[in-house]
Amino acid sequence: MLTNYAPVLILLGIAVAFAAGNLIISDLLGRKRLNSEKATAYECGMDAVGSARIRLSIHFYLVAVLFILFDVEAIFLILWATNAKAFAAAGVGSFVFMEITAFVAVLAVALAYVWRKGGLTWDR
Amino acid sequence: MSEQTTQYKPSITIADQQAAAGKGAREFMMDVRTTDLEVNMGPQHPATHGVMRILIRADGELVTGAQPHLGYLHRCAEKIGENVEWLQYLPYTDRYDYLSSMNNNLGYSLAVEKLLGIEIPRRASMIRTICVELNRIASHLVAFGTYGLDLGAFTPFLYCFREREWLLMLFEKICGARLTYSYLRIGGVFNDAPPGWLEEVEQFCDVFDEKWVEYRDLLMMNHIFIKRTADIGVITPEQALDFGLTGPMLRGSGIDWDLRRDMPYMLYDEIWKAGVYQIPLGSGAQGVLGDCWDRVYVRVQEMVESIKIVRWCLANIEPGPTIAELPKVLRVPPGEAYVGIENPRGELGHYLVSDGGKVAVRCRVRGPSFCNLPILEDIMPHTFLADSVAIIGSTDVVIGETDR
Amino acid sequence: MSMILIWLLITVACYGAVIGTAALMTFAERKVSAAMQYRYGPNRVGPFGLLQPLADGVKFIFKEEVIPAGANPWIFKLAPILTALPAMLAIAVIPFTGVIGTFEGTEVLGSIANPEIGILYVLAVTGVGVYGAILGGWASNSKYSLLGGLRASAQMVSYELSLILAVLAVVATTGSLNLHEIVAGQSGWFGWNVFSQPLAFVLFLVCSYAETNRHPFDFAECEPELVGGFHTEYSSMKFAMFFIGEYTAMVVMACLTTTLFFGGYLVPFWADAPWWMGLIAFGAKTSFFLLLFIWVRWTLPRFRYDQLMHLGWKVLFPLALINIFVTGLVISFGPGAN
Repeated sequence: MLTNYAPVLILLGIAVAFAAGNLIISDLLGRKRLNSEKATAYECGMDAVGSARIRLSIHFYLVAVLFILFDVEAIFLILWATNAKAFAAAGVGSFVFMEITAFVAVLAVALAYVWRKGGLTWDR
Repeated sequence: MSEQTTQYKPSITIADQQAAAGKGAREFMMDVRTTDLEVNMGPQHPATHGVMRILIRADGELVTGAQPHLGYLHRCAEKIGENVEWLQYLPYTDRYDYLSSMNNNLGYSLAVEKLLGIEIPRRASMIRTICVELNRIASHLVAFGTYGLDLGAFTPFLYCFREREWLLMLFEKICGARLTYSYLRIGGVFNDAPPGWLEEVEQFCDVFDEKWVEYRDLLMMNHIFIKRTADIGVITPEQALDFGLTGPMLRGSGIDWDLRRDMPYMLYDEIWKAGVYQIPLGSGAQGVLGDCWDRVYVRVQEMVESIKIVRWCLANIEPGPTIAELPKVLRVPPGEAYVGIENPRGELGHYLVSDGGKVAVRCRVRGPSFCNLPILEDIMPHTFLADSVAIIGSTDVVIGETDR
Repeated sequence: MSMILIWLLITVACYGAVIGTAALMTFAERKVSAAMQYRYGPNRVGPFGLLQPLADGVKFIFKEEVIPAGANPWIFKLAPILTALPAMLAIAVIPFTGVIGTFEGTEVLGSIANPEIGILYVLAVTGVGVYGAILGGWASNSKYSLLGGLRASAQMVSYELSLILAVLAVVATTGSLNLHEIVAGQSGWFGWNVFSQPLAFVLFLVCSYAETNRHPFDFAECEPELVGGFHTEYSSMKFAMFFIGEYTAMVVMACLTTTLFFGGYLVPFWADAPWWMGLIAFGAKTSFFLLLFIWVRWTLPRFRYDQLMHLGWKVLFPLALINIFVTGLVISFGPGAN
């Protein structure tokens, strides 16, 4: 039933029009007196020391990688969760549940490993 | 420091890895080269309580170095003190630490009075004590409120300002000014308290006795607040002594030193002997001795002790003159004098040298905020960015005083 | 043709309602915080200052747009839209009320669209919101923005996991991803999911605060450290767009909390209430959670970043896993299974 999504398209149109429209109107109406001082990036009134385009701490990326790992797990869980009752009603509930438990357990071990190795700790 | 900006620094060296491998920590990391972020915190920054600038080097969230820079609010107060007459300098003392102007007036007045060798009327000393202690409460209220603000709790800040507003009204009634009082003069106080003023102070004391419990429970005992401040920015007693800290910073580390008791001035010796107040010390109640929580809690407790002192003064005040007889143009006898008083932030010392003229030959001020600041460089590395804010807040610097 | 008209009508109504609520929230935030802090709050523009959001909007439009030197202009301009759009699109499936009536043989529901995978759609769309923060932070070429953007993204992805797992517990008890069916499944005495899934509710509530970057988790823009976080460099309507996005996300999260755990548009003790009554009930429940957002913000101090990560990964995530495990255990081996 793709017609279900037709109103979403309408909403998308309205939302984009609202967001982009506002920005464009502001762009047209707002004053423009830009000078080089104004265009400097904010650094508490001082000239910037160093650059902002640098390689930052690895920890942020580690979080992102972990997220992908467990997000994939969540996707598989969505499938099971939606049908858990149906499985139970069909009499295969316990079997499917054990399967999904085994799957989650593997990832839980991964979480435990990362935890143990200090990957979740922001030590000083 | 600037040459560091272009260098790439491996966040984990191979030696680090080998050292860590024994403990089983962090060996999953490869030697990926990351750069420390150098960032100015201040002069225009919401958390530096004025125009202080701290150059911070951070590895992601971790602060690896911090260096305070001063001088953005320098007004040559000391030099001015050597060029204007003795009494004319008084308004400049208001402006060192604008949150505790009464204390600054007192410090300067006491130093000049020591040179003059005059006796202060007892009622004047009483009113001075009341004003100074009320001003201490006002100052600590700001320190406590803005500390909550630094940690993201906005509401206690305005509660504190509500009480401070009352204090400022009281000051306004007694001297006409709300921030820069110049009320405590050489020889006494400018004028007697207006009728009903002392009763109003009493009312304030009654209300504040209830309010401070609220503040303690609302912020000091908040779980998140404790997590943010306990074990953070620990200053060991040895460190505190080495850096010459004074005031709540020193007492927060558990060292029992208060000039009001240990080098008494005015009536404080009498008040201490009457057993009116105690000197609150940091105890490490929520974490390690000398952490941010201890320092802030010392301030909260000091407010209560100040209330006790004010109550004692209210009970013992008697009518009488409020200013000693002094000539219109002061000529101070030759000599030198140093008087240190217990400012809300620590020891405020005035060192004055006179050659018998109308103007001081040397005027030197020891500001507590300035002397408490250098320890930041030692305690800020190896904390998180958010901790750096908590630590700066707990030192309670007033930039007007660091620069003068 | 006329069906499209109905769609258009409902879409505009829902969109207007949510954006209006978001605008009112900015006003309510100031008024409620003022009441908590012995202040008046805005009271000059219009009656009780009610027109303040409008005045702010007009002001924002006429403000100068500053794009910092060294910034990536297109990404810089795109980021506010990317923040606001996902929050706005998430409105599409929220059931504001039940069946309004029938038109040409089809039921007209109190939501813009009613796809089978309603909640999945919300999760998918709101997940895009993280791009706005990180792109805005990176494109600004400012260190405060960069750190704010990184913090925001790491925080959002960390809490998204627990959020999804908390939602899945509800989905498992209902057996459907469709939000209308989830609401319908909560009828009856103590039928609200908050009674059967209290832990999931707490998890969802905490995560929704982190997802919307609200206090006590507003690390992306915590002013004492990062000044303004990822929107430090933004001005004029672009800055406003971040705020509209944030407040819309709050409204959406409050709506979702109501829908998932508090019976949505169901009126307590009135099984066959008319649709407008459902709308009122929904509004009342949602208002409470919106008020909670404000209440928490002006009461608590802020967490520290590593404490946030600790809470997200070491407390909430294992709890969410245990919660869904127990839920699965009950469903598969409990009284309902055969």
